[in-house]
Amino acid sequence: MVDPTTPSTWQTATVVRIAPETGNAKTFTLRLERPTPHRAGQHYVIRLTAPDGYTASRSYSVASAPDGSAELDFTVERLADGEVSTFLHDVAEPGDELEVRGPIGGWFVWEGETPALLIGGGSGVVPLMAMLRLARRTGRSHLVRLVVSTRSPEDLYYAAELPGPETTIVYTRTNPPDLARPAGRLVASDLPDSLDPATVAYVCGSDGFANTATDILIGSGVPASSIRVERFGPSG
Amino acid sequence: MSKLTRGFMGRSRGTRDPRLPPGQYDAGRSWPVLNAEATPKLSTADWTFSVEGLTEQPTTWTWDEIHALPPSTYDGAIHCVTTWSKFDMMFAGVSVDTLLEIARPLPTATHVMAFSHTGYTTNLPLADVTGGKAWVAWEVDGETLPVDHGGPARLLVPHLYFWKSAKWVAGLTLMDHDEPGFWERNGYHDRGDPWLEQRYQGD
Repeated sequence: MVDPTTPSTWQTATVVRIAPETGNAKTFTLRLERPTPHRAGQHYVIRLTAPDGYTASRSYSVASAPDGSAELDFTVERLADGEVSTFLHDVAEPGDELEVRGPIGGWFVWEGETPALLIGGGSGVVPLMAMLRLARRTGRSHLVRLVVSTRSPEDLYYAAELPGPETTIVYTRTNPPDLARPAGRLVASDLPDSLDPATVAYVCGSDGFANTATDILIGSGVPASSIRVERFGPSG
Repeated sequence: MSKLTRGFMGRSRGTRDPRLPPGQYDAGRSWPVLNAEATPKLSTADWTFSVEGLTEQPTTWTWDEIHALPPSTYDGAIHCVTTWSKFDMMFAGVSVDTLLEIARPLPTATHVMAFSHTGYTTNLPLADVTGGKAWVAWEVDGETLPVDHGGPARLLVPHLYFWKSAKWVAGLTLMDHDEPGFWERNGYHDRGDPWLEQRYQGD
């Protein structure tokens, strides 16, 4: 029996495009040699190999919706001492081949059929963007609410695409000029007033952000069993 | 064989620590937090740990009762499947051997399912939690185990990837067969030996 969550073995992916997302994040579009359907929220491992055989690998969430394409988007934040992220930002070019493995993960996924509250902090928006894109592509935006916390307008990923009636953007440091809400950390009133009891909450971000968001959710009466969390440690 | 990546030299590694399993890096002083559920607020007054399933004497310990058992410590490394490792950790708690001596597994028991107060589960061969290889730990580096790292107490199985060391552990169920736990149902390896890089199903 083949487990549908079993990641495939390593395969080669070609860098097709590299586009700046913010000052320190870029979106890498990779074309897979062996396209594999993914689910919104899943991730891939990218592995780099040096001439002496040394390897470094890190996990990156897929930002693009499952749409049957052989091309996948990965948005990667450049961490100053990140061995893999600095290589991707500073060295990788279109045409380069990278080894990848995936899709991986069967828990932090949204299948596009049930109500979902998506809460992302900073680069934690990436897997949630795959979910939002899936909702919009399939005409199911009414199932999804996305709340994104970001430092400033300049730090917002997918700034041209993300805003919409189903999304809320919370600025923690610097607001755009026309916003009534003062800049500050995520609070309960940033979340939707009422939620379908069947809603599953997907929280993705740093430790501190994930703890804040889950505390708010539990304080608002969302059962812990309906909360799925993906934390970004220093993944380099 | 891995395929060469154009332009990638990697960090200087003339002094790569031989304690690092393949594909891991030294996280240094930082201790990343990774869990898939909301962090629970557990009171030690309500906390219990149970050994159940295929045992002669299924047993539940309260916080005070488990602390009355002979203490045991682990000094060494831990390895997370997300590729960080951390050295020179000092954990204190009780050896799983001590708990099993009291509960007495039946001869038919071959595996355990560890379960947490959050509903998290992870499966292990019985041989991986006996013989001085596993603990229920409530202190790290001389301090109370922080809730983000599984406090009041977590399972500690440091020779396997760290998702096997269930946070907020509530007990072990002894079984006569293997079955997948939470991450194991979601694509991760059944055993998780870092030295064999058993990260995902199929490794």
